[in-house]
Amino acid sequence: MNGVHDMGGMHGMGPIAREEDEPTFHAPWEARVLALNLAMAAWGKWNIDAGRHQIELIPGDQYLRMSYYEKWLTRLIELIARAGLATPAEIETGHPVPGSGKASPLSAEGLAALLAKGSPATRDVTVAARFEAGDRVRAKNINPVGHTRLPRYARGKLGTVERDHGVHVFPDTRAHLLGDNPQHLYSVRFAARELWGDQASPHDSVYLDLWDDHLEPV
Amino acid sequence: MNTQHQHGHSQPRDARQELPPDSALRVKALESLLVEKGLVDPAALDAVIETYEHKVGPRNGASVVAHAWVDPAYKKRLLTDATAAIAELGYAGRQGEHMVVVENTPKVHNLVVCTLCSCYPWPVLGLPPVWYKSAPYRSRAVIDPRGVLRELGLELSEQVEVRVWDSTSEVRYLVLPERPVGSENMSEQALSALVTRDAMIGVARVTFPKAGGGE
Repeated sequence: MNGVHDMGGMHGMGPIAREEDEPTFHAPWEARVLALNLAMAAWGKWNIDAGRHQIELIPGDQYLRMSYYEKWLTRLIELIARAGLATPAEIETGHPVPGSGKASPLSAEGLAALLAKGSPATRDVTVAARFEAGDRVRAKNINPVGHTRLPRYARGKLGTVERDHGVHVFPDTRAHLLGDNPQHLYSVRFAARELWGDQASPHDSVYLDLWDDHLEPV
Repeated sequence: MNTQHQHGHSQPRDARQELPPDSALRVKALESLLVEKGLVDPAALDAVIETYEHKVGPRNGASVVAHAWVDPAYKKRLLTDATAAIAELGYAGRQGEHMVVVENTPKVHNLVVCTLCSCYPWPVLGLPPVWYKSAPYRSRAVIDPRGVLRELGLELSEQVEVRVWDSTSEVRYLVLPERPVGSENMSEQALSALVTRDAMIGVARVTFPKAGGGE
């Protein structure tokens, strides 16, 4: 979707404020939000792409105003309600409705093991690669209302495939629980001048990871 | 649910001074609900927080960089198959499942960003700093990388090639900074102490001696 989250190339966002000796969390509730997100994801009711898309669905004015962990909290509440893990009424009151069942959560060891293992996005299936290193490609001009990992600034632009990362799940469908749709993922180099015109340095380039479905041959 | 904050902060808010008053309460209520429903174990939350506050962080990445500086064979493996090479040193897991390491040289400078969200290589760098997740960095790193670097104190020659890596997939990028001049006789451990988080994102150089400041 063409949301405010797709920020590459925008102007007017102000200076970069780097904090010296920044703590991992600025308040205890931020740490709880991170941990709750990771623990609740373990139920497998959504995936990382659906989780990202849920943040993109925060209305633009709020998205820009919220801190990172406020977005994570908002996203988590939406995901929990949508998955039916708690009702909106329960979330509103903070108490389970009488008679609702009780689940058995993942232990500390179980969750630690899950995070240590990670969730690879690669799939061990044979899918033909449409491109190979050195191929000239054009990023498609698409404007889906749903999730996509093809940023606006690269759409319609010419690039060169630099590397085949292998077969990865396709976030654009997976975010909507429409399947993994595994396909080849490539590192694609775009000259800075192709993206931004003559104001850019002739020496510079931007590399994006894009999938077969994002690219067309030139 | 419908809470909106009226802070209008164009700059990252200093949360220590200006705690969003209801976020802390909402999180507390949510956690207690999920615990009561048996959906989370508070001890598991404590352990996750302990892990990301104290065990996973840029010192991991610094040890990878220092090892690559002293061991050419390791450096070759790191640049060829970063996920496996990083796992050799014991670092792996969530948000580091597919690693690529890009090398800075006198002719090439690499810079990592995630314009669409905040993708970052957790096992080697920990959780991302606020500025990396902020709109100013995410918007400008791809269109004006030299301006961003200048603003952060790093001036590059016009002749240097800048490569910006926008983390649009589950591949995560780590910059292998240039080993600083004058560090030839340093031990791997001492070298590791010179390597900063910002150098591994690509917004700073590693400098020697450290007292000169890396940023």
